[in-house]
Amino acid sequence: MKNLMIAIVERKDFQSLFDALKKKGYQISGPTLRDNAVIYDNISSVEDLPVGWTDKQDAGRYRLEKSDRASLFGYVLGPQSWKKFLYPAEHTFLNISRNGKRFEVGSAEEEQQPQAFIGVRPCELQALAIYDRVLGEGEFAATSYQLRRKKLFITAVNCIQPGGTCFCASMKTGPKATGGFDLALTEMFDSGRHYFLTEAGTKLGEEVLKQIPNREAGEKDILAAEEALRKASEKMGRRLDIKDIKEMMYRRFDDPHWEEISQRCMTCGNCTMVCPTCFCVNVEDTTSLDGREAQRLRKWDSCFTVDFSYIHGGSIRATTTSRYRQWMMHKLSYWQDQFGMLGCVGCGRCITWCPVGIDITEEAAYFRKEDK
Amino acid sequence: MENLERILKEHPFLAGLDDKYIKLLVGCASNVAFKAGEYIFREGENANQFYFIRHGKVQVETYVPQQGPVIIRTRSEGEIFGWSWLVPPYKWHFDARAVEVTRALALDGKCLRDKCEEDHNLGYEIMKRFALIIAERLEQTRMQLLDVYGNHSKK
Amino acid sequence: MATTVKNKKTAPLGTADAMHIRPFSIRRVVKESFDTFSLELDPLSGEKGHKFAPGQFNMLYVYGVGEVPISISGDPTRHKTLTHTTREVGTVTRAMRNLKVGDTLGVRGPFGSSWPVEDAVGNDVVIVAGGIGLAPLRPVIYYILAHREKYGKVVLLYGTRTPEDILFRKDLEKWRSRFDLETLLTVDRATGAWKGNVGVVTTLIGRAPFDPLNCVAMVCGPEIMMRFTVLELQKRGVEEDKTFISMERNMKCGIGLCGHCQLGPTFVCKEGPVYCYRDLKDVFIKREM
Repeated sequence: MKNLMIAIVERKDFQSLFDALKKKGYQISGPTLRDNAVIYDNISSVEDLPVGWTDKQDAGRYRLEKSDRASLFGYVLGPQSWKKFLYPAEHTFLNISRNGKRFEVGSAEEEQQPQAFIGVRPCELQALAIYDRVLGEGEFAATSYQLRRKKLFITAVNCIQPGGTCFCASMKTGPKATGGFDLALTEMFDSGRHYFLTEAGTKLGEEVLKQIPNREAGEKDILAAEEALRKASEKMGRRLDIKDIKEMMYRRFDDPHWEEISQRCMTCGNCTMVCPTCFCVNVEDTTSLDGREAQRLRKWDSCFTVDFSYIHGGSIRATTTSRYRQWMMHKLSYWQDQFGMLGCVGCGRCITWCPVGIDITEEAAYFRKEDK
Repeated sequence: MENLERILKEHPFLAGLDDKYIKLLVGCASNVAFKAGEYIFREGENANQFYFIRHGKVQVETYVPQQGPVIIRTRSEGEIFGWSWLVPPYKWHFDARAVEVTRALALDGKCLRDKCEEDHNLGYEIMKRFALIIAERLEQTRMQLLDVYGNHSKK
Repeated sequence: MATTVKNKKTAPLGTADAMHIRPFSIRRVVKESFDTFSLELDPLSGEKGHKFAPGQFNMLYVYGVGEVPISISGDPTRHKTLTHTTREVGTVTRAMRNLKVGDTLGVRGPFGSSWPVEDAVGNDVVIVAGGIGLAPLRPVIYYILAHREKYGKVVLLYGTRTPEDILFRKDLEKWRSRFDLETLLTVDRATGAWKGNVGVVTTLIGRAPFDPLNCVAMVCGPEIMMRFTVLELQKRGVEEDKTFISMERNMKCGIGLCGHCQLGPTFVCKEGPVYCYRDLKDVFIKREM
């Protein structure tokens, strides 16, 4: 990676990135404004980005505000994550047709147009790395995910301006992207100049970078970006101490505090929907009205529903207490046993989008205090 | 009588019991046999014995109007049954019936009760052993009450 | 015999295979009890058979209704016919029960871990089943009887709610008449006509003939029954790393992707359903985990 290009791309040339990706046949997705939030959608030009907007986030709170500069990436994360493209909320994977007493089964998976993401944050790169481990490796892997993932072009954006619920620094996933991207941008403002320090992470990234007007980055440029990112890591809105967290949480399994959290938790499942690593899905079967065609589909599911753990006779996790505990302990403890990594990346979405503002960092700190 | 002594001495229920007490128990013991279907005792009768089953099978049952006899537990070779002789009012609360030809040692509880009163060491040794049996019965009955197999057939 | 006994898996499937439903035709429907039935299936797609290891399960699909995980209850040494036994408890199993000979059923699998029949060679084997828990253990008995000389004493302890709930009666009659297999049955409740044992299944453990220090125990039934059974086995001195249990959780995919069957650190569809008790004991006692 040392030998790959690091270059300066001026703001005025940024549209060239879109053009270069389009020329290569990519469908481009990135942040854009909708319903007073930054969401991810298909975009085609730099104007589609939330230019000059920033966000203010806190537990249970998200507001967009006009920024004092025309930044392209002056906000952090909206409610959505990239999983909506790679592992869609609803996806049909089998078509089944009946023929008398028999039926025939066919795959509904299709080859996908290559996708390019612009604006992937470092914590989200880690979320993709987690998805790769969970869905893309092992004895069984999710075909539809692999089909989309293997053709993906990733333009990451480093975070010089962390949000109020961000805690990537303590999770060691940001604010600087260290791998898993084709290109990584640091958006810089310097005495009237607006430019992007652009680092290629792959040969493919370098190829795209060469299509964009650029000049080689000097040591001063690189140091300036590093300094901005160092400052950013000190401005995190939240912090989560992950030292021995797996064992610590296992020891708190029967802590009465779970019960207290459950008195606030409404089991709405928002945290699971906005979480970039939550991967649970339900498998559903539908049939056409005449009964001749059936489909099997996968839908995002949430461990906060009673049905999630239902087996004949009742649910395994019938109480709110047990369901919140399942979610939090999965992220911080079980995930490490299951996949050898933490299930939380420090993006803070679950804190921002919790209607009652339950804060995983606060709860983890409480348990750690109890553990002493 | 020597035979009885050997049987009692080797029975795990009495393991570790002093020889003099074994001899004393032998004095209270007698061989009994029951035909298949024969009642060993009936609910409400005086409880004056307990039994070491040497061969066969016994069922403890109760009569439920409109249902007939409901079997609560069965006891087989090597097992002990009957402890009502130990607690007032010394009455059987259930029926016991041989399922098949059953041979057993019957121990005279009334005689043993008196001896336990006289010698509290013996009393403690006997109580200790029956407490285990009663605790085990209670545990098994609780599990039975849990009705762990879910779906219910007709009853 | 090594002191540690591990559960084994059969050859892995690719993902495409794992999510693809293979149509099977129903050859026979057997009513096992008032709410339990077995389905014998023949492959329709020209496959020769369906290899599986005792204890594994398949996902069975009823056209247009849905899919559920069901234990394979047939003979692993004869894989031409695939046999499943299940109880009618939900929409899919109800629909399954209404299927007729010649109807088609979709099959995915086999999935999950299996009973350690290979590693148990040279040991006594104690099989403790409660209710429908006998279904995933029946392949173990078939397997052991097909290789009987390799094992020490073999004991089957089987408990059900009432005599009417006893499954696989024909098999049980055959097994009870064998001199190389000790079969003890008990029911939780019975009325006059029943001449067998009455009492919970744990009452059989104390008097079953096996050497606790040289034995592998395989236990399947409701979780609470397994809890009490393991305690009773431990009382007799059976080692926890030679005690195996089979867990049940909600399963939607069978391959560890849907997340429903999580049991703390493990996925029951992948690392389970059969676990060594030593590996699961800390999790097993946690409530609502």
